[in-house]
Amino acid sequence: MTAASSAARDSGPTLAQRLRIRGLDGVTLLVVPCVLLAIALFVYPFFYGLWLSFQPKNGGAALTNYQRFFTEPFLSKTIWTTLRLALPVTLLNLFLAVPIAFRVRLMKRQRLLTTILVLPITLGTVLIAEGMLFYFGPQGWLTRTLMWLGVISQPLHVVHTYWGVFLSLVIAIFPFTFLLTLSYVTGIDPSLEQAAATLGASPAARFREIFLPLLLPGLAITFCLSFVQAFSVLPSAVLVGDPANTTRVISIAAYQAAFEEYDYSLASAIAMIMGAVQLMVVVVVLGGRTLLYRGPVAAAKG
Amino acid sequence: MIVSRTPLSTRLWAAAIWVLVGFFVLNLAGLIGSVVTSSFATRWLGTWLPAGFTTKWYFAAWDEFQLGDVLWVTFQVVGSVVALAGLFGVPAAYALARRDFPGKKAVLLLLLLPLLVPPVTYGIPLATVLYKSGLGGSLAGVILANLVPTVPFVVLVMIPFIEQIDPRIESAARVFGANTLKVFIYVLVPILLPGVLAALLLVLVRTIAMFELTFLVAGPGSQTLVVALYYAVFAAGVRAVQSIDAMAVIYMVTTLVWLIIALRFVNPTQIVARAKRSNT
Repeated sequence: MTAASSAARDSGPTLAQRLRIRGLDGVTLLVVPCVLLAIALFVYPFFYGLWLSFQPKNGGAALTNYQRFFTEPFLSKTIWTTLRLALPVTLLNLFLAVPIAFRVRLMKRQRLLTTILVLPITLGTVLIAEGMLFYFGPQGWLTRTLMWLGVISQPLHVVHTYWGVFLSLVIAIFPFTFLLTLSYVTGIDPSLEQAAATLGASPAARFREIFLPLLLPGLAITFCLSFVQAFSVLPSAVLVGDPANTTRVISIAAYQAAFEEYDYSLASAIAMIMGAVQLMVVVVVLGGRTLLYRGPVAAAKG
Repeated sequence: MIVSRTPLSTRLWAAAIWVLVGFFVLNLAGLIGSVVTSSFATRWLGTWLPAGFTTKWYFAAWDEFQLGDVLWVTFQVVGSVVALAGLFGVPAAYALARRDFPGKKAVLLLLLLPLLVPPVTYGIPLATVLYKSGLGGSLAGVILANLVPTVPFVVLVMIPFIEQIDPRIESAARVFGANTLKVFIYVLVPILLPGVLAALLLVLVRTIAMFELTFLVAGPGSQTLVVALYYAVFAAGVRAVQSIDAMAVIYMVTTLVWLIIALRFVNPTQIVARAKRSNT
């Protein structure tokens, strides 16, 4: 099909040859359906949303929605609430994932442990929230164990607070962060470490001087991809959080505007602000990455 | 690698990490265990273990939440998304892996953006567009919305996989007179099949667990299992908590089965390593 259409499009052999030299032939056209789909389902709705956000529901100036967002603390505060959750969760997951990945790297049978650590991916935030309501609840196993051990005398206040959402996000996103980190760590050529060890570098020095510089660019990408997930937190913020107050994240604000007030214009404006904040964090992190070492980390892999 | 000459500090550090992993796994097991135990409990108030065990909540959940319908909808959505993501994604990945053309960087950026922007950000405008075009709340709408992150995912996972296949294999087939269709059927499909299966299994797990997009687009008749579960937990109080837990366990088992199948075929670290190289 693609060969035929490219033949029909090209007017003569010279043009076809010229196009082929530039990399355009039947095979290249295979990318077209995918690009059209992305334009129809991602780019078009995005620009439609952008346009809609400048058309306030009750009339007025184009920037009314944005003005409203930044002047009403009830709305503008959600940016800070979301960042206060998403940034520490992402950083904590990275700090946990790196040492564990370094241990798992040395293991002969990584598969079982990796599977167990990846398991929460299948749970989804809803099941984790439901489990947390039980486990951390006043009658839950954790509370009972801690009270039995005498560590605490009052039940923990975890569920329906900031920390409930925090923990549920750590559990939900850790597997993803861990998998990415592990793949970066195992991608580093072990002979580099052996060379350093032969020259007498201590484990701490080997990590600081060899691994960290090689790992930082990968960790920056891991940070971005994990941050996206933490940033769009919706179900756990509602179910185990305090959605009216300390965990009223920006996606709740957007959802309420769209499906409770039916103000799609404001909802689109909030969605655009959300995307902008997210992309700003990504740009800052990836921008910092360009200052770091970029190059082959493994002789055999390139 | 670790021999007995390892210094004490290193061994302490290793022990600390194992304690950390153990702590995480223990709490995770407790968390999952609470839900599973509760789903089999007759009455569980203020004790370590419930008063008795029963399976009746599973039947109750099946009736109460119309789980038969919900599972059928989930099956249809996931099946269509997996098939369409493969259909759109794999050829595009092939073109991107084999050809260098002007605008390739722009295409890659276009495919990377849906993975870098939170689903709620494009989900809300997308839901608005779908409702305007009459697709909102329908099964087709849910399928379309789920294609937005999954097609780029398939492309970005498949590009490095295809790049590592020697193009001379295809050239050899062409030298012997095979046309594009024959090269595709007899050469490419058998070579690509393991990679495609791996990518599609991951799409499957992702789609079952995809909450935000489905939640924004789905209507009463097009809820997948995860969205139905959310509404059940959200509107808890009117229903027995055990039947919600039974539903949660059904959800977990559904995803778990597929994840374990996926992990038998894919080494999780490798699939991410491949995806990673395409991202940089």
